[in-house]
Amino acid sequence: MTLFLDTLFNGLAIGSVLMLAALGLAVVFGLMGVINMAHGELMMVGAYTTYVVQNLLKEGPLEALFPVYILLAIPSAFLVSGLAGLLLEKTVIRRLYGRPLETLLATWGVSLILQQFVRSVSSAFFLGLLLAVAVGLLAPRFTPAPWWRQPWTPLLRAGSWVLAVAAGVIIAGGLGSVRALHQPWFSARNIDVTAPQWLRGSIDLAGVTMPSARLFILALTALALVAVSWFLQKSAWGIRIRAVTQNRAMSSCLGIPTETVDALTFFVGSGLAGIAGVAVTLLGSVGPNLGGNYIVLAFMVVVLGGLGKLWGTVVAAFLLGIVDYVIGSGSLLLIWPTMPAALNSTIAFFATTSMAKVLVFILIMVFLQFRPAGLFPQKGRMVEA
Amino acid sequence: MANAPSQPLFRVLSGAAALATTLSLVACGGGGGGETGGAGGGFDGEVKVGILHSRSGTMAISENTVAEAELMAIDEINKAGGVTVDGKKLKIVPVEEDGASDWPTFAEKSKKLIDDDKVAVVFGGWTSASRKAMLPVYEAKDHFLFYPIQYEGQECSKNIFYTGATPNQQAEPAVEWLLKNKGKDFFLVGSDYVYPRTANTIIKEQLKAQGGKLVGEDYLPLGNTEVAPIIAKIKQALPKGGVIVNTLNGDSNVAFFKQMKAAGITPANGYAIMSFSIAEEEIAAIGPEYLEGTYAAWNFFQSLDTPASKKFTADFKAKYGDKRVTNDPAEAAYNMVYLWKLGAEKANSVDDNKVREALIGVSFDAPEGKVTVQPNHHIEKLVLIGEVQKDGMFKILENKGFVKPVAWNQFVPETKGYTCDWTQKRPDAGKFKM
Repeated sequence: MTLFLDTLFNGLAIGSVLMLAALGLAVVFGLMGVINMAHGELMMVGAYTTYVVQNLLKEGPLEALFPVYILLAIPSAFLVSGLAGLLLEKTVIRRLYGRPLETLLATWGVSLILQQFVRSVSSAFFLGLLLAVAVGLLAPRFTPAPWWRQPWTPLLRAGSWVLAVAAGVIIAGGLGSVRALHQPWFSARNIDVTAPQWLRGSIDLAGVTMPSARLFILALTALALVAVSWFLQKSAWGIRIRAVTQNRAMSSCLGIPTETVDALTFFVGSGLAGIAGVAVTLLGSVGPNLGGNYIVLAFMVVVLGGLGKLWGTVVAAFLLGIVDYVIGSGSLLLIWPTMPAALNSTIAFFATTSMAKVLVFILIMVFLQFRPAGLFPQKGRMVEA
Repeated sequence: MANAPSQPLFRVLSGAAALATTLSLVACGGGGGGETGGAGGGFDGEVKVGILHSRSGTMAISENTVAEAELMAIDEINKAGGVTVDGKKLKIVPVEEDGASDWPTFAEKSKKLIDDDKVAVVFGGWTSASRKAMLPVYEAKDHFLFYPIQYEGQECSKNIFYTGATPNQQAEPAVEWLLKNKGKDFFLVGSDYVYPRTANTIIKEQLKAQGGKLVGEDYLPLGNTEVAPIIAKIKQALPKGGVIVNTLNGDSNVAFFKQMKAAGITPANGYAIMSFSIAEEEIAAIGPEYLEGTYAAWNFFQSLDTPASKKFTADFKAKYGDKRVTNDPAEAAYNMVYLWKLGAEKANSVDDNKVREALIGVSFDAPEGKVTVQPNHHIEKLVLIGEVQKDGMFKILENKGFVKPVAWNQFVPETKGYTCDWTQKRPDAGKFKM
């Protein structure tokens, strides 16, 4: 019984992390069909936001709030990651709807830029970036208007950006000689996010040790799930999102502002990635490469669950968590100690963490051979986007 | 769709992206250079050396410090008049390349440093995977690599000098110490690549030979942060406490220690945890509160109380900032630059073949004490066992003195009885039966 509870709890715990990471993706990929390779980096942005919130509250007038900084980090991360996602949608993804391969490549590029950004960003770098964007944007305003209607305007446009970049680099370089401004904000090193005291211990219940951090993540997952399903099922904007998902052209004809809907969907999906980022700071390291650890698993969960089905994602995440735990921890050997030797040695072979991953991937591949649309395929008539 | 209205935004992004890329390139290029001063004062010539570490990617966090220690040694040597060879003072000019945490890149950049830059020697590498990728290049071109990291041994190349510990200078004394002081039941956890697998093979043989008992082992893919199954196994295998030997590398350590603490697998509950890849730098990244009371074995600790060690740390902080810490890999990297300089002066040449021959027997007063290059291209090193304190530094629990390196492990049946001696003129000098 204890073994069963132990397995159940740990499986759910692993699954809840997968679930959180995949939830935002289920919204973006599942509903909009956008393959967002930068999803992991949006998680990283959420984790870095947690770090900033933690440091803001560590000392100074708000010190009293430090024990609950993690609760304040959740909305902050949702907002910061959501806005980052919104920017991404407005600048890149908007141009690439219906072109999944280009989206994949472009968002992968964005993910690399985001990773390098958190490594390099310093005050000098940031001011240089601001200056370049400002110069580039204002250039048309401070030059004669007819220049911008000539056949050689594209050259001018490119030229103005080259100048803007050069100005930014010069300023950044100049400011960089000031030591305080040159100091990177985060640097390439991993940063230290410390769980508050009340999340570091564990609770013993019916012989199962439940780390508080895991319980917190489980609760957070449940909350996020309830919020998202309420939003999609009950709220006016959620209904519009579902309408656009099912039939974009028809929705547009009926007066639903599809562009706003796209932007909103992306904002919510990215914000959820931010919340997942807060959760993973309780478990693992926080560094520029954080996203890469979760992106593959998150896609796997969404694909296994079936596109466009929130419940599919939920079931797939917890199923994967439990299967991964049962294989990886070798619990099967304990449940059935007298199994035949050949079977026993096979299971023992797969009962290491890395081999468990291999086996899980194989199982998913086999499953998708028979059910390519996942556990809960979308039914009904759909217009191909 | 509506392309026209959002056109300016696209321009913002493309501009911003280009800028960000350019700036990061500037930052990378500018950050590493260091001021290799001297201003041409009184040098009769130059000698180029290669520095090849991951300045980007997952290993950058660790390798930056190593590269910085090498640049610091080069600066110091140049300030003191450079390398004196054949009556001429040569200024050391570092040529930096980025291995980018990608093993084939290490091999490729090695070729570039040897063929295009014509460097006299290359200081480089961190992971065993990167060394294994570089080794064939140096052997084929009969060139010269210095490698600064503790590693699994079972290698002895004519073209490589190893200034980090072999297992008998780190893992074996640590296991011995654990057996004597902490218990007989061992659980081994490591990252899934060549170093942890080989190190654990050696530890398993040692446990068999010295009366320990292996109760379980598990390997985590590099970068993986889900350790719940491993924790479950540790609890099954060691319900009342025991010894855990940790050879995890990189980010997984953070997840491992955070989740272990939450699950109650802590020193306070009777678990002795010994790590082989966690030094001062990693403690700062993981957070000392998760590591307090765990153990590590190294050849140098920042807390080593000798004048040479204190001077090394003070110089490093003065150059790179007060918050920085020194550690074993940085010290080994610093030593190898000096050893090369002393070797070149002994050979009276910077020719790589002559320096390699001259290096054997060369001694240097390193921060850890006097280290001497042995005929098997490894270094005699000080063996220390320390316990992590609240402030992220180590308290030295045991000083086992200087230990000679053993390249071919004597616990593993396949290499038992083999040795390596490059002073012997025999074709199999790298591996022959004693």
